[in-house]
Amino acid sequence: MVDPAVNAANPSGGEDPSRRDFIHIAAISAAAVGGAAVAWPFIAQMNPSADTMALASVEYDLTKIEPGMQVTINWRGKPLFIRYRTQAQIDAAVKDDGASLPDPQTDAERHKEGKAQWLVLVGSCTHLGCVPTVGGGDYQGWFCPCHGSHYDTSGRIRKGPAPTNLVVPEYAFLSDTKVKIG
Amino acid sequence: MSGHSTYQPKNAFSRWMDARLPVGRLVWDSFVDYPTPRNLNYWYTFGGILSLCLGVQIITGIVLAMHYTPSAAGAFNSVEHIMRNVNYGWLIRYMHSNGASMFFIAVYLHMFRGLYYGSYKAPREVLWILGCVIYLLMMATAFMGYVLPWGQMSFHGAVVITNLLGAFPIVGETITTLLWGGFAVDEPTLKRFFSLHYLLPFVIAGVVILHVWALHVVGQNNPTGVDPKSKADTVPFTPYATVKDGFAMSVFLILFATFVFYMPNALGHADNYIPADPLVTPAHIVPEWYFLPFYAILRAVPDKLMGVLAMFGAIGCLFALPWLDTSKVKSMRYRPQAQLYFVIFVATCWILGVAGGKLPDDHVIPHLSTFTFIDADLNSYVWLSRVATLYYFAYFLVVMPVLGLIEKPRPVPETISSPVLGDSDKKD
Repeated sequence: MVDPAVNAANPSGGEDPSRRDFIHIAAISAAAVGGAAVAWPFIAQMNPSADTMALASVEYDLTKIEPGMQVTINWRGKPLFIRYRTQAQIDAAVKDDGASLPDPQTDAERHKEGKAQWLVLVGSCTHLGCVPTVGGGDYQGWFCPCHGSHYDTSGRIRKGPAPTNLVVPEYAFLSDTKVKIG
Repeated sequence: MSGHSTYQPKNAFSRWMDARLPVGRLVWDSFVDYPTPRNLNYWYTFGGILSLCLGVQIITGIVLAMHYTPSAAGAFNSVEHIMRNVNYGWLIRYMHSNGASMFFIAVYLHMFRGLYYGSYKAPREVLWILGCVIYLLMMATAFMGYVLPWGQMSFHGAVVITNLLGAFPIVGETITTLLWGGFAVDEPTLKRFFSLHYLLPFVIAGVVILHVWALHVVGQNNPTGVDPKSKADTVPFTPYATVKDGFAMSVFLILFATFVFYMPNALGHADNYIPADPLVTPAHIVPEWYFLPFYAILRAVPDKLMGVLAMFGAIGCLFALPWLDTSKVKSMRYRPQAQLYFVIFVATCWILGVAGGKLPDDHVIPHLSTFTFIDADLNSYVWLSRVATLYYFAYFLVVMPVLGLIEKPRPVPETISSPVLGDSDKKD
């Protein structure tokens, strides 16, 4: 750590080399810790702010939805699908539980017990986040127009580039007609 | 490269200044007396044109920022305000939006020029890599600029591109949340994109200075790929290069003006005149034309992470190019086989660009269904993209290293001036 040039220029200085080492190490440590301390708030300010974090849950009245219909609401800036499935759509989803699925899940794992008609999903394609259109595709569930992902009536990925099923958010039924998401 | 400075201050002030801050000397040595190879053709004028493009984008951009509102509620309306109310706002915005496309036309020609004449080969590796860095910065700047009008294409383009980073395992989601400043593309995203869109052009300008500096250290390449050996091989930058660059700029500006005045929206997308709606994705989402080849590569790969890696890898190949090309001969003028592969490569980039603008399942030859091969009809753009993607990578990873070792190039002239001065038995 001791710079020989400095000591050579001042051979009779008699300075204790360990003091210079200490100053070097202290200065470098202060620069490293100080640099990290300054960088921290500048990186952290990029993360979601307090007001964004506060808008985390939303309630919805299900009586507005007819069978076979889907509503799209805004949840955390993303679309949220609430779909009132018909019996035929539920049957189609259950029938494929044993099919070869890229992201295997049974239909029962994707809705609340006894509420098979209600499917609540985050409406962002798990590929690159486009909003899939309802009722389209080879499986009559959803079809993503951006890169051609096909989802079935349970929101499971069946064909295309998306790696996983449409995400089921955290939600609860407050009553038979009211659901709270988030 | 220029060696001894020939600058002579002409009056008392310039002598006074030269002893304190020799700016005049720097300009004289770099852009007046600077020796350039005597055989530069018009493909060598795009460097000057690109400086002009950067200047146009910065000046028009500064003006637009005076009238623009970077907020999710106000952005779209402020752009309409610029178009309808601000004096000559329509002109300045069309110059800026078409200017981005012109910038990319010029940079692609500049890059193909470098590729053909071997301008990335020793000792110009750092010069080439700085150019690649500028290209990356240009792509980031253009992408963020396209988000600012907050139309449907702006919004959903931003969603798709930022989600690309989410493909990386473990850290992906953390990165996208950090980038968005929320759980989706929203107000915070727009604001930071505006801030960075304003910053990056000045970063580009800084790297351009390094790029020109590196150019002036190693000297310009030229169509023969043979470095100048004597004064007979060079001409002074002014008037020869300045006038040639000036003429090329004038022609380029005519093309630019044609777009601005006669078809200002030809390179854009109508859906971007619809205000952003996070709940509805446009039926056919495409990036701006200059990203289409990379978009086609992304979609050609059926796996999400591998697709993203292939897309970034396509740009990564450019950085590695100086070490992938094993040929001892710089210029493809003397490499007939390399010329063939180069022409196929240019065509491949074009095909990828076309395929990137179509739906993956669209038929290449209309009304003809062939058979399903693995996961899609063989007569589909997704398969065309796959074949083209394969060639794109093969060009860099197979053709470049192997061809340089096995091909027999034509004889290369001793000096730049020897073929010009009629040493006819040497020529070709």
